[in-house]
Amino acid sequence: MRKLLSSHTVEARLFAVLLLMVVGLSLATDTFLTVANLTSLLNNNSVNLIWAVGLLVVLVAGGIDISFAVAASVVQYLTAQILGYVGGGNWVLGFLIAGSIGLGLGLINAALIHGFKIVSIVITIATFNAFFGLLMFFTKGRSIYTLPDWWVDRIFLFEYQSASGVWSELHLSVAVMVACLVATAFFINRTTTGRQLYAFGDNPEGARRAGINIALMQAIAFGWCGLMAGIGGLMQVNIAKEVVPNALYGRELDVLAAVVLGGARLGGGKGTVFGCVLGVLFVAITQNGLNLLGVSPFAFQMIIGATILVAISTSNVKIDLSSWFKPKSGQQSRRVDQ
Amino acid sequence: MHPKDEKYALRMKNVSKRFGGVQALDKVAMEVKAGEVHCLAGENGCGKSTLIKIVTGVYEPDDGTEIEVFGERISSNSPTKARAKGIAVIWQDLALFPHMSVAENIGIDELVGGRPRVAQFKSIKTRAQGVMDRLGVSLDLDAPLSSLPIAQRQVVAIARSLMSDARLVFMDEPTASLTQSETDALLAIVRNLSADGVAVVFVSHRLAEVLDIAERVTVVRDGKLVGVYPTEGMSQSRLGELMTGHMLESEVRARDKTGSDIMLRVTGLSRQDQFENVSFDIKRGEIVGITGLIGSGRTELAHALIGMTRTDQGTIELDREVVRPRNIREAIAKGIAYVSEDRLTLGLVQPQPIADNTVTSVLDKILGSVGLISSQKKNDLVDGWIERFSVKIGETSDAVSTLSGGNQQRVVLAKWLATNPKLLILDSPTVGVDVGARAGIFHIVRELADEGLAILLITDEITEAFYNADRIFHMADGRLQAEYDPHQTSVQQLEERVYA
Repeated sequence: MRKLLSSHTVEARLFAVLLLMVVGLSLATDTFLTVANLTSLLNNNSVNLIWAVGLLVVLVAGGIDISFAVAASVVQYLTAQILGYVGGGNWVLGFLIAGSIGLGLGLINAALIHGFKIVSIVITIATFNAFFGLLMFFTKGRSIYTLPDWWVDRIFLFEYQSASGVWSELHLSVAVMVACLVATAFFINRTTTGRQLYAFGDNPEGARRAGINIALMQAIAFGWCGLMAGIGGLMQVNIAKEVVPNALYGRELDVLAAVVLGGARLGGGKGTVFGCVLGVLFVAITQNGLNLLGVSPFAFQMIIGATILVAISTSNVKIDLSSWFKPKSGQQSRRVDQ
Repeated sequence: MHPKDEKYALRMKNVSKRFGGVQALDKVAMEVKAGEVHCLAGENGCGKSTLIKIVTGVYEPDDGTEIEVFGERISSNSPTKARAKGIAVIWQDLALFPHMSVAENIGIDELVGGRPRVAQFKSIKTRAQGVMDRLGVSLDLDAPLSSLPIAQRQVVAIARSLMSDARLVFMDEPTASLTQSETDALLAIVRNLSADGVAVVFVSHRLAEVLDIAERVTVVRDGKLVGVYPTEGMSQSRLGELMTGHMLESEVRARDKTGSDIMLRVTGLSRQDQFENVSFDIKRGEIVGITGLIGSGRTELAHALIGMTRTDQGTIELDREVVRPRNIREAIAKGIAYVSEDRLTLGLVQPQPIADNTVTSVLDKILGSVGLISSQKKNDLVDGWIERFSVKIGETSDAVSTLSGGNQQRVVLAKWLATNPKLLILDSPTVGVDVGARAGIFHIVRELADEGLAILLITDEITEAFYNADRIFHMADGRLQAEYDPHQTSVQQLEERVYA
């Protein structure tokens, strides 16, 4: 455990801060630590978490994806069209369609990045604009409200009525989120392909010389991210009960901030699913806490922005208690020796 | 010539490789016996790396190339196939994965190739431990690689090659960034491997090391085979001549400068925990060498001279004027230039024109009337330096990357000399530089000294100080221990003192 914490310091610290926040908010408000609040926190953040682990895989492989949130919007629109064409469908078909379209959009990113040898941030900013532009062109900005019943009906995994009569429930999206998290964690930690992704992100030239298939790595990373974008898009419709073309625009940066906050390295080779969970929850609980504490909603973005800034900029500061007790001069000479 | 019972790890004939218009390799042949330590020697760009990349399947050789690995003819090659045949390569940059664990780095080849599957971390760890035991080292297998110093990462790279049961290991410049004691430890491991039946092909610019470790040496020059020689009876200067194709000066060039004016006088300079009571002087036109191990305080002394760090006691006099630079800009303004160890190889912006690279240190001197860069002044300055250093170029607007290594180093020196220094400090100027280019660098340095520049040469290669400096100081434990006149001493004597 100690070794785990020492090699994942960002996660360990964020976990400690998050615990403090949870304890603080539980004491400061009587609404935070309630079943209703906690379940709604999970419901509201399940889609972000699905996207977060998708983006994590890309970051681990040394890339970045700006386009996944609008890709999810494209998935929603195309899925709605296809389902309308086949006359309704069901969840299985929904997952198949949304998953394949998402995967396809991710593979487009991978093909462009690998084919033209252009860094992923440039390509995905371009596809972000292209996806969104095409979507707005074909939808003319109109939302879709007539959707199959199965898609917009709530499926509850858990229901609970408190003594005061407040209903709390967990949605299907939470179960899908957990499945995506477990699948991603297993994939990147336990399989040879997952470890190759880390190796590729850590040292692309070293990976190439070790015989790792670079094109395949890009395809897998962006394909996985696209798949998660598709699944997240599908679940977001289940929550919102409508397809609004520009609803997800801008969500990519929230998710990116949360994932980086959770210890994923923008240079590649580093990051964990647990860190993603912590990062997303950190942002969510900060916002939730401000809300419960009665802070003006207009101040939210400012405070959250500042919190992320502090968290990210202090995550590299080494806290080494033992060094406080050592003489100053000894440290200096050691630094010079290196 | 080749007795039948001799087992060869590698036999190559007619190895050719053309890149566009450049014949990188022209019918090169090489043979490595099983369990032999063999050295592949040649200057940068002679085709060594291309040769290694062909054997290890990174490059496809041209038609006519014949390669036999452990008696087996190789028709098609790839990194994975080469590895399966027992060939491993330890690249100069190690090609390891800093954020992954030591165990995963050692076992990375187990995670690559074949069908996607669940990674067997337990068996990787057990086998990695076995390899460590075989090498006689112990490392924390769970620690991230980035937590290890470079010498231990080298060991990880060797362990990795043994994981895949390599019987022919290529090592590309393995000692370039190691200290002497780390090098010794590495060479001991190489000897163990060889005793274990593993053939090692060793590439190094440090000729002393090559002659020490290898049984035979294959010399390549300009893509062609020069010959294969036993290291027994071979001298460093002879090997250098074979590599460069021309005679290398190997005579002591120290001159007596006692009559000249003093350019730099350092008196009783001290800085807590780094160096103590350092006093010496450098005359106009004199090259003074300071040699000592890493940690002896030599680099720290240089940092103090150029104002990167403060001194506690003592004075620095430059050209009869007491100077106390508070930062590097002040030091440059006073006439001190410091070329640090990586500057000769990394001090250039490769894709930028030669002209722009030359003037980066003196942008304030080429400003026109309105405070913008005057292209007239810039061109005059650049042309002056190009001529003076006889840098072979096409146009000053060509990218620096089009120049040969030696000419690039001239550009770097020109950049620093454009600041018009009185004292030039060179810190380990030839780390990672091959033998031919080294001679070129010191040729320039000698010219600069002849023009009246005082030069402080800091190096841990004793031969370098011995052949190039007018006087040598040995530094250890933060003090100047003794002064030597190269005419009155020998490399052996100096080495005994420094490594004692």
